[in-house]
Amino acid sequence: MADKLRTLQNLEALQARYVGTGHADTTKYEWTSNIIRDSYASYIGHPPLLSYMAVGMGDSKEKVRAMMIEKMVRGAGNPPETQE
Amino acid sequence: MSDADFETVRRLQAERNAASAAKKGSRTFDPSNQRTDVSTKASLTESFDTTLYDREGVDKFAGYSTSIAVDGDDEDMEDADGGHRLVGQYTATRDQIDEMARGNGVEEEDILLGREKSARIADRETDYQKRRFDRGALTPTRADPFAANTHANVETEGQTYREVMALRELEKEEERVKKLIEEKEARGENGVAEHKATLQLEENDKENVEAGSTVSVVTSRKRKQRWDVSSEAATEEEAPQPTDAKKRSRWDQTPAPAAPDEGLPKRRSRWDQAPALGGATPVGSQGLATPMHPSQAAAMIPTQFGTDISARNAPLSDEELDMMLPSEGYKILEPPPGYAPVRNPARKLMATPAPTATTATMGGFMMQEPESARMLGKQLPTEIPGVGDLQFFKAEDMAYFGKLMDGGDEAAMTVEELKERKIMRLLLKVKNGTPPMRKTALRQITDNARQFGAGALFNQILPLLMEKSLEDQERHLLVKVIDRVLYKLDDLVRPYVHKILVVIEPLLIDQDYYARVEGREIISNLAKAAGLATMISTMRPDIDHVDEYVRNTTARAFAVVASALGIPALLPFLRAVCRSKKSWQARHTGVKIVQQIPILMGCAILPHLKGLVDCIADNLSDEQAKVRTVTALAVAALAEAANPYGIESFDEILNPLWTGARKQRGKGLAAFLKAVGYIIPLMDEEYANYYTSQIMEILLREFSSPDEEMKKVVLKVVSQCASTNGVTAGYLKEHVLTDFFKSFWVRRMALDRRNYRQVVDTTVDLGQKVGVGEILERVVNNLKDESEPYRKMTVETVEKLIAALGAADVSERLEERLIDGVLYAFQEQSIEDIVILNGFGTVVNALGTRCKPYLPQIVSTILWRMNNKSATVRQQAADLISRIAMVMKQCGEDALMGKLGIVLYEYLGEEYPEVLGSILGALRSIVTVVGINQMQPPIRDLLPRLTPILRNRHEKVQENTIDLVGRIADRGPESVNAREWMRICFELLDMLKAHKKGIRRAANNTFGFIAKAIGPQDVLATLLNNLRVQERQSRVCTAVAIGIVAETCAPFTVLPALMNEYRVPELNVQNGVLKAMSFLFEYIGEMAKDYVYAVTPLLEDALIDRDQVHRQTAASVVKHIALGVVGLGCEDAMLHLLNLVFPNIFETSPHVIDRVIEAVDAIRMAVGTGVVMNYVWAGLFHPARKVRVPYWRLYNDAYVQSADAMVPFYPDLEHDGLSRPELSIIV
Repeated sequence: MADKLRTLQNLEALQARYVGTGHADTTKYEWTSNIIRDSYASYIGHPPLLSYMAVGMGDSKEKVRAMMIEKMVRGAGNPPETQE
Repeated sequence: MSDADFETVRRLQAERNAASAAKKGSRTFDPSNQRTDVSTKASLTESFDTTLYDREGVDKFAGYSTSIAVDGDDEDMEDADGGHRLVGQYTATRDQIDEMARGNGVEEEDILLGREKSARIADRETDYQKRRFDRGALTPTRADPFAANTHANVETEGQTYREVMALRELEKEEERVKKLIEEKEARGENGVAEHKATLQLEENDKENVEAGSTVSVVTSRKRKQRWDVSSEAATEEEAPQPTDAKKRSRWDQTPAPAAPDEGLPKRRSRWDQAPALGGATPVGSQGLATPMHPSQAAAMIPTQFGTDISARNAPLSDEELDMMLPSEGYKILEPPPGYAPVRNPARKLMATPAPTATTATMGGFMMQEPESARMLGKQLPTEIPGVGDLQFFKAEDMAYFGKLMDGGDEAAMTVEELKERKIMRLLLKVKNGTPPMRKTALRQITDNARQFGAGALFNQILPLLMEKSLEDQERHLLVKVIDRVLYKLDDLVRPYVHKILVVIEPLLIDQDYYARVEGREIISNLAKAAGLATMISTMRPDIDHVDEYVRNTTARAFAVVASALGIPALLPFLRAVCRSKKSWQARHTGVKIVQQIPILMGCAILPHLKGLVDCIADNLSDEQAKVRTVTALAVAALAEAANPYGIESFDEILNPLWTGARKQRGKGLAAFLKAVGYIIPLMDEEYANYYTSQIMEILLREFSSPDEEMKKVVLKVVSQCASTNGVTAGYLKEHVLTDFFKSFWVRRMALDRRNYRQVVDTTVDLGQKVGVGEILERVVNNLKDESEPYRKMTVETVEKLIAALGAADVSERLEERLIDGVLYAFQEQSIEDIVILNGFGTVVNALGTRCKPYLPQIVSTILWRMNNKSATVRQQAADLISRIAMVMKQCGEDALMGKLGIVLYEYLGEEYPEVLGSILGALRSIVTVVGINQMQPPIRDLLPRLTPILRNRHEKVQENTIDLVGRIADRGPESVNAREWMRICFELLDMLKAHKKGIRRAANNTFGFIAKAIGPQDVLATLLNNLRVQERQSRVCTAVAIGIVAETCAPFTVLPALMNEYRVPELNVQNGVLKAMSFLFEYIGEMAKDYVYAVTPLLEDALIDRDQVHRQTAASVVKHIALGVVGLGCEDAMLHLLNLVFPNIFETSPHVIDRVIEAVDAIRMAVGTGVVMNYVWAGLFHPARKVRVPYWRLYNDAYVQSADAMVPFYPDLEHDGLSRPELSIIV
C-alpha cells in the first residue's frame, strides 16, 4: 500500500519533470503526439540534421525550423472524441 | 629529556606491565604475545632492595590502595584469593554490584532526575507550562459566521463573537474587582502596610531577556520567570487561594447544578493526581456549555480507579454491613425510586468510592496505599470488547473508554450512540493499540471523518489531550489524529477552532522540539482549513486576555497562522492590534506576534519586512515599558532574520531606537541594546562605524552591570559590533579592549557556563579584528591562574583564536609564555578535558617548527603522564602524541619519536580499551610521519603484537588497530612474513561483522593490501570459505573483500577459483559468488571485456534459476558487466544476457524488480537504445494492464536517460497519425 503510494508519487514527480513519460493508462494519441513533438525538438536541436533536412526540402533553415515548431501543435492530429 | 629519564619511564612501564601480568584475571595480558621483557623474575640489572632504593624499583606501595575508594568501584584491589580452585567462581558484574549499592530501587532515585525522565508530560512541565490547565475546561463551541447555508444546523448553536467578547470583558472586570478586593484586604485587615521583600522583585528583574525571542527559550529553561506578565502582578493573584479555586468558572452562564467536587481545592499536589478527573480535566460538570465527555456523563463521580482495590470480588452482604456499621442512631434508607444497582462488573469497578469523597467526609490522615502494578494488572483489562488486544490500558483511560466495557446491547442503540462508540473504539485503538492496529484505526477515522462529524470527533479527542496523565506517545498519536481529521473536515472544523487551539497551543511552548513542530503543523493546517477570517475572529478575544499565559501562546499561534496563510493577509490585522488604544495588552501581544513571525519563518519575512517594521515602529516609544521592551525584542528578531539585507526597512526606527536606548534602564535597555546589536551588522561601513560609536558609551557603562542578562546582551552586542566592517581595530583597541578585559576576564565569569561561552565567543570575535597577539598578550597569564575553569576558558579562547588566525602574529617572548602556560594548564588539569587537549594540539601545530625548543619538555611531560595511574591521563597523553606527531617530524625530532614509539609499544598491554585505542592511534600517527622503515620499534616486532589486539571487541580499539595494520600492509608488507599476514587475515574476517562502517571498510581494504603482498591464493581461499557462514553481513563483506582482492591482484587470479566455487550446490555460497562477482565487475570496470565470454555461461545458469534472489544478484552482475563494456564490442554477449534478463521484468518484489530494471538499463547503454526499445514497443499497449505497467516503466527510464536517442527508433505508425516524413528525406 505504502509502496503503491510512493510509486504513484514518484510517477507524478517524474511526469512533472518529463512530460513525455507515460504510464499504463497513456492513450495512443498522447503517446504519438509526444513522439512527434520529441522528434521535431530533436531535429531542431541538432543543427546539422536541420540543415540536412532543409536542403532536402529545398527551404531555408529558419523556415524549416519555424515550420517544425508550428507542427508541434497538434502534431498527431486532433484529439480523439471522448465518449463520456 | 635525558636518556636516563627516558629509561626510567620505560622501565617503570615494563614493571607495570609485569605487575598486571602477574595479576590474576588480567584482561589484557595475552600469553600468546611475543614479548620477552614481561617476565616476573627478578631483574639482574636492577637493585633488588626496593625498600631502600624505591625510586629505582617497583613502587613499594604498588598493590596497596593509595586512597580509600569513595564510590565503591575500587577496581585496583588485587584478587583476594591467590589459591587455585577447581570450580569456576561466578560473581556479579560490576554494574550489578554498583546498582545494588546505589540505587534503582534500593535508594530513592534523584527526584529531579525522575521527573525529567518521566514519560508523563504533566510531570515534566514547568509551572508556567502547567498554566495551561488554568485555562479551564474546553471552551464552548463557537458559531461559524462564515459557514455556507448548508451548515445551518451548526450555525444555530455556539457562542457568537459578540458573546465571546462580552465574556472577556466580564472576565477582565472580574479580575480587576478581585484585585481591588485583594488590595483592600491586604491593607485593611492588617492595618499596617506590609513591606514587600524587595529581593523578590529584584529577582523578577533578572529574567531572561532573550526569552521571548527564541521559540525554545521558554522550553529550555527550567525556572522561567515571565517578565511580560501584566505589571498588575497577575501571577501574584493566581497564588493558590483555595476558596478562589473556581474563579475561572463561567459564573455568568446558565445556572448549572453545582459540580460535585465543588469544594475541592483546585490545586493539588502531584501525588493525589491519580483520580482521573482532577479539577482541570474537562469535566464539563461545572455548568459549561461544553458537552461532557460522553463517558463521563455516566460516571459523574470522579472515580479513582484501581487505587483502593482490596481485591474483593463480591459485594458486602447485609450481614457484614450490620457487623461493621453502628446500629443505633442511624437508619437504613430506602433506595430512591427508579434506582437500580449497577450489576455489570466493569461498571462496578468504576463505581468504587472516590477517595476524594472519603477524605472529605472522614478527614484525618489516611495511609496511601501503594499502587501495585500486579494488582492493577489483574484489574485492568487489556482486552476491550470490539477492540482487541491492546498494548496497555491505563487507569485513567477507564474514565474515557469505560463505556465500551458495559457490554450494552448495540442493537438497541441510536445511530448517534453507535457512532460515538465507534469513534471511541477507534481512538482507543489509536492511543493504546499495537502499531498495525493504530494504522488501520487511524485510516478508518480519517476516511470516515466527515460521516462522524467534527463535533463527535473533537468532543472525544480533545478531553483526552487535556488528561493530566497523558504521555508523549499518546499525545503524539492523538495530535496525529487531529491532523489527519483536519484535512478531511475542512471548513467543518470552524466551530471547534478555539477548542482545538486551547489544546494545541501549549504544544508551541513545549520543551520537546518535535512537540513544537507538531503543534505548528496542526495550527497551520487548522488555519488553512478554517480560513483567515475564522482564525482571527476566534483568536481576537484572547489577544488581550487577562492571563499572560493565554496571550503568550496566542501570539505564538498567530505567528504560525501568519506563516501558513502568508504575512500580507495578516498585516492589516496586526497593524490594528499593534496600535490598539484600548489596552496595552493587545499592543503587547500584537508586537509579540510580529516578534514570533521572523523566528518561525527566518529570511522568508524579507519581502514583508517593511510592513512588519511599520507595524511596530510606534511601539518603540509606547508608554508601557513592557511594550517597549517587547518591541525592541521584535526588532532584534526581525533584523536577525533579515541579516544581511533589509537595512532600508529599519531606517525609520533607527532614531527612536538609538535615542530610546539612552532613556532606558534595566530590562528595557537590554532589549534595546539587543536590537541595536542585530541592526548594526546590516548597515554599510560608514553608518555602522557611526552608530557603533554612538552606542558604545552605553555599552561601556553597562560592562560593569551586575545583571547577568545585561552582561550577556552586552557581550553579544560587542561581538556583533566588532565583527562589522565599519568598526576598526584601532577603535576597538583604543576604546573597548581595556574595559572589556577588566570587566569580563575575571574568574567569576568562567564559573557560569553561559557566561563562559559568551565571553569566549566575544573575545574571539574581538580577536578577529585586533589580531591574535593583542588578545594573547592579555590572556596568556591566565593560563597559569589557580582557578581551573578560568584556565580552561583561556585555553579555549587561545585555541579558537589560533585555529582561526594562526600564530604568525605571536612574538618570540609571547610564544614562550604561551607554550609555558599551555603546558602548565595541561599538567594541572584535575579533570582531563578535551578542551585543553585541543588547545594544546592547536597551539603546537600552529607554531610548527617554532616549537622545536620546547619539544623535549613536551615529550617528557607526555611520557610522565603516560605512566600515570589514572586511565584518562594516559589516554589524553596518547591523544596528544597523535596530534603533535606531524610537528615533531617537521622539527626533525626523529629520535624523540623513536623513543615515543617504543614507549607506546610498551603500553600495548594497556587494560582500558579507550586508552589502548588512543595508544594505537598515537602509534599510527607516528608510523604515518616517520615511515615504515624508520619506525621504532621495527614493524616486524610491532605487527605480531597487534594481531591479538585485533581480537579486541571495543570499537575504538578495532578502528585504530585496523587502521594501523592496514597502513603497514599498504606501505611495508615485506617487513612481516606471509604466515603472520595470514593470521591477520583470519582475525580480519571477524571485523567484517563490525557495526561501524569505517571498520568494515578498513578491513576490506586491508584484505586487498595483504593479498597484494602475499599473493591472492591463500587470502582467496580464506575468503571463499567465509562465504559459507550464516551472517548475511559477514557474507556481504566477504564478497566485497573478494571484489577488492580481484581488483588489486588482477581478475584472472581470482575469477577461476570464484567460478569454481559456484559449483558448490549451496545457495548461500552461490549467491555469495554472484555477489562477489557483482562487486568484482563493479570495481574492475573496463577490464571486464576480457572476462565477459568466460562468465556468460555461469550467468546464463544463474538467470534461469528458480530462486528469486539468485536472479536478482545475477541481474546486478549483468548490470555491472554491461556498464563496464559499453562501447567495447561485447554487444552480442550483452544481447544474449538481455534475452535472459528480460522475462524478469514481471517480478513484483521490489528489490528484484529494481535490480532487473537496472540490468536492462545498463544493457541499453551497452547495446544502444534502439535495440532495447524494440523489446519495449511490444508491451506498451498490451491489453493487460499488468503487462503494460512494467513496460511503461522501462519506457520512462529510457525516455529520461536518452529521449533523443529514441527519436530515430520510434515504430512506424503512419496510419495511426504518426507520420514523420522528415526522416525519409534523402539528399
